[in-house]
Amino acid sequence: MALLQISEPGQSAAPHQQRLAVGIDLGTTNSLVASVRSGIAETLPDSDGEHLLSSIVRYLADASPVVGAEAKAAATTDPLNTIVSAKRFLGRGVDDIKTLGSRLPYEFVDADSGMPRLKTVAGVISPVEVSAEILKNLKKRAEDSLGGDLTGAVITVPAYFDDAQRQATKDAARLADLNVLRLLNEPTAAAVAYGLDKGSEGIIAVYDLGGGTFDISILRLNKGVFEVLATAGDSALGGDDMDRLIAECIMEQAGISDDADHQQLRRLMKVACDAKEILTDVEKTSFNIELEDGSFWEGEIDREQLHKLVDPLIRKSLIPCRRALSDAGVEKSEVLEVVLVGGSTRVPRVHELVGEFFEATPHSEIDPDRVVAIGASMQADVLVGNKPDSDMLLLDVIPLSLGLEMMGGLSEKIIPRNTTIPVARAQEFTTYKDGQTALAVHVVQGERELVSDCRSLARFELRGIPPMAAGAARIRVTFQVDADGLLSVTAKEQETGVESSVQVKPSYGLSDNEISSMIKDSMEHARDDMDARNLREQQVETDRVVEALQVALDADGDKLLNSEERAELDSAVVKVKEVRDGDDWQKLKEAVAALNRATTEFAARRMNASIQSALAGQSLDSLD
Amino acid sequence: MELSGKNHFELFGLPVQFDIDLRSIGDRYLDLQRATHPDQFVAGTDQEQHLAVQQAAQVNDAYQTLKSPLKRAQYLLELNGTPLDDTDTQMDMMFLMQQMEMREALANVPDAEDPFSALDRIRGELKSDLDKITQAAAEQLSGDGDISSARESVKKMQFLFKVQQELDEMEQSLAEQL
Repeated sequence: MALLQISEPGQSAAPHQQRLAVGIDLGTTNSLVASVRSGIAETLPDSDGEHLLSSIVRYLADASPVVGAEAKAAATTDPLNTIVSAKRFLGRGVDDIKTLGSRLPYEFVDADSGMPRLKTVAGVISPVEVSAEILKNLKKRAEDSLGGDLTGAVITVPAYFDDAQRQATKDAARLADLNVLRLLNEPTAAAVAYGLDKGSEGIIAVYDLGGGTFDISILRLNKGVFEVLATAGDSALGGDDMDRLIAECIMEQAGISDDADHQQLRRLMKVACDAKEILTDVEKTSFNIELEDGSFWEGEIDREQLHKLVDPLIRKSLIPCRRALSDAGVEKSEVLEVVLVGGSTRVPRVHELVGEFFEATPHSEIDPDRVVAIGASMQADVLVGNKPDSDMLLLDVIPLSLGLEMMGGLSEKIIPRNTTIPVARAQEFTTYKDGQTALAVHVVQGERELVSDCRSLARFELRGIPPMAAGAARIRVTFQVDADGLLSVTAKEQETGVESSVQVKPSYGLSDNEISSMIKDSMEHARDDMDARNLREQQVETDRVVEALQVALDADGDKLLNSEERAELDSAVVKVKEVRDGDDWQKLKEAVAALNRATTEFAARRMNASIQSALAGQSLDSLD
Repeated sequence: MELSGKNHFELFGLPVQFDIDLRSIGDRYLDLQRATHPDQFVAGTDQEQHLAVQQAAQVNDAYQTLKSPLKRAQYLLELNGTPLDDTDTQMDMMFLMQQMEMREALANVPDAEDPFSALDRIRGELKSDLDKITQAAAEQLSGDGDISSARESVKKMQFLFKVQQELDEMEQSLAEQL
């Protein structure tokens, strides 16, 4: 269709030049990397043939951290330095983490920026850095097995992740030197894997119970479009909770006290997790636990006891299921298929209760551990332009309402949950005191009416409002959420044009400075040079921009630009190319910024042409 | 928020009027998303990526506005330079009385013998009221219509949609107690 030829810059890749792109499932318990090779999406194994990488990082006193199986092996002997389930701490404050469970074996350090740090032998580490280690490991695995540098990665996040958690994930990718093509919601990724696999159309429900998070998404599939109608979940509910309940039950029976040491607790969690897995196949299992006094305690658990323990958790997951259906405006009977995702859906009881709830037999044909990474790799393949004929389009939503704090501590919702992204909404506010010259803007996320019950995302101030009578100023606050689900906010006084904007840096995130210094630290470790890295990054970015512009000019330059405008852009490109091969990355950055500015009008004209041709195609269709 | 100077109707290639073909705007929405979504510009210039976020946001906003009768009616009043605002709460007495009765009935639902059939009864009543007022608003919003009566009708629509929302919430909470 003509429309695609105009608007799809990704098509630029020369026909045989496939770009290397991956999908990464950064999970609470396990992580995976997948890629599309010769048309087939598959997860990539490590050199031992293992596909799953345990999301565990062990920090050592005088060596680089180790990730995966090797770290897992040390989890019980060196619990303080071995970080398990770091994803649960991403974008969270210390208080949130305390509510995750009182038995976490780590020593938390309260940091200034609100995000908790963990004390290890290698120093104080943030959860973002832990996640970055996992990403680095997978990046290397992918580059080794694909044989080249990655153009980019699609990284999956739980659909129910809030802005702070998404930003933290993106920060981790930046630390790992990964170009993020898109943050993709895990259930949406799974739907892509199933939808493209089977070519189904209609309403599907994706039930995703991972190690630490639960998501439910209701999607409509229609001619390559995956439209998320609603999503709901619980970002602190998962298989780990099952393990903990089983462990607590064992502790009670064995008479192990709550303040047992870290090693003992880790061992118990492992026994609990094993028991849960064994009971998938057999009716009863026994275990032997060493007590503090050196004696052994023998116990057993059967499937019925297990059900008694986990049923309340599974039923808890059905509450968001009801809400998602209702938000989607869909009846249970309209759901064509139910798809199970996440390792914890292997527990047969989950299968049973979810099937009962949706009155349908759930699907789990694609390995529930791998399906998310596989779907993500399919989108990555499309996004880098390897599949120019693809008609796939993913339309996702924001999971939680975004709002502002009003007088009296109430939250005024600006964008309700389950609004399709990208989205931009504006609302006008005014001053409440005569002569008020500043306005504090407090951005929150959540469904509750009281700000104190919502998650605080960011605070900023709009200053320099000229003194006016109360209620006379008109302050327009605009929220914009991009396709990654990330928020930016601008505030502008309408009479005077005084403006203030923030890329929302969450209250529980890392500052840009912190990230830069972390990158720098890791460089010194690797004896690399910060300037060299900046130059390399900037050159990659330059090549991307120049190529994109070249493609656009080849396609539409003659149609949409007069010769003068064309010459101007051509010479801007020449200028950038001259600076590119020098060694001054800052100069290059400025040159690219100038080139970008010069393309504003051209980009707008192309967008309009693309919209016109979309409508033209439509009116032709509706004629027949 | 309108880029390229187009209002929501124009962006969708539609005449500026209340009556629209709801089936065709769904298809048109997907075509416009394909043309503007940021995923199409991952390899594009920064300007293109920036523009795509804004343009796709307008496409989403326009679609939400056009497909909802209430939002479409409110938007037409806005385009006409006569938007409704929160301070304008004067309502006709008859209508308010009916509303109070309906809300009372809704409040009594949880105590009813069969709450779900009680809900269905109210839902039916609400739907017929809403259909009538929407029809009236459509005529009043047309070229030779009367804008001040249109404003009255749209205000009533706002009320009824609010009741519908409360009804849905009640149904949900009843279902959760099952």
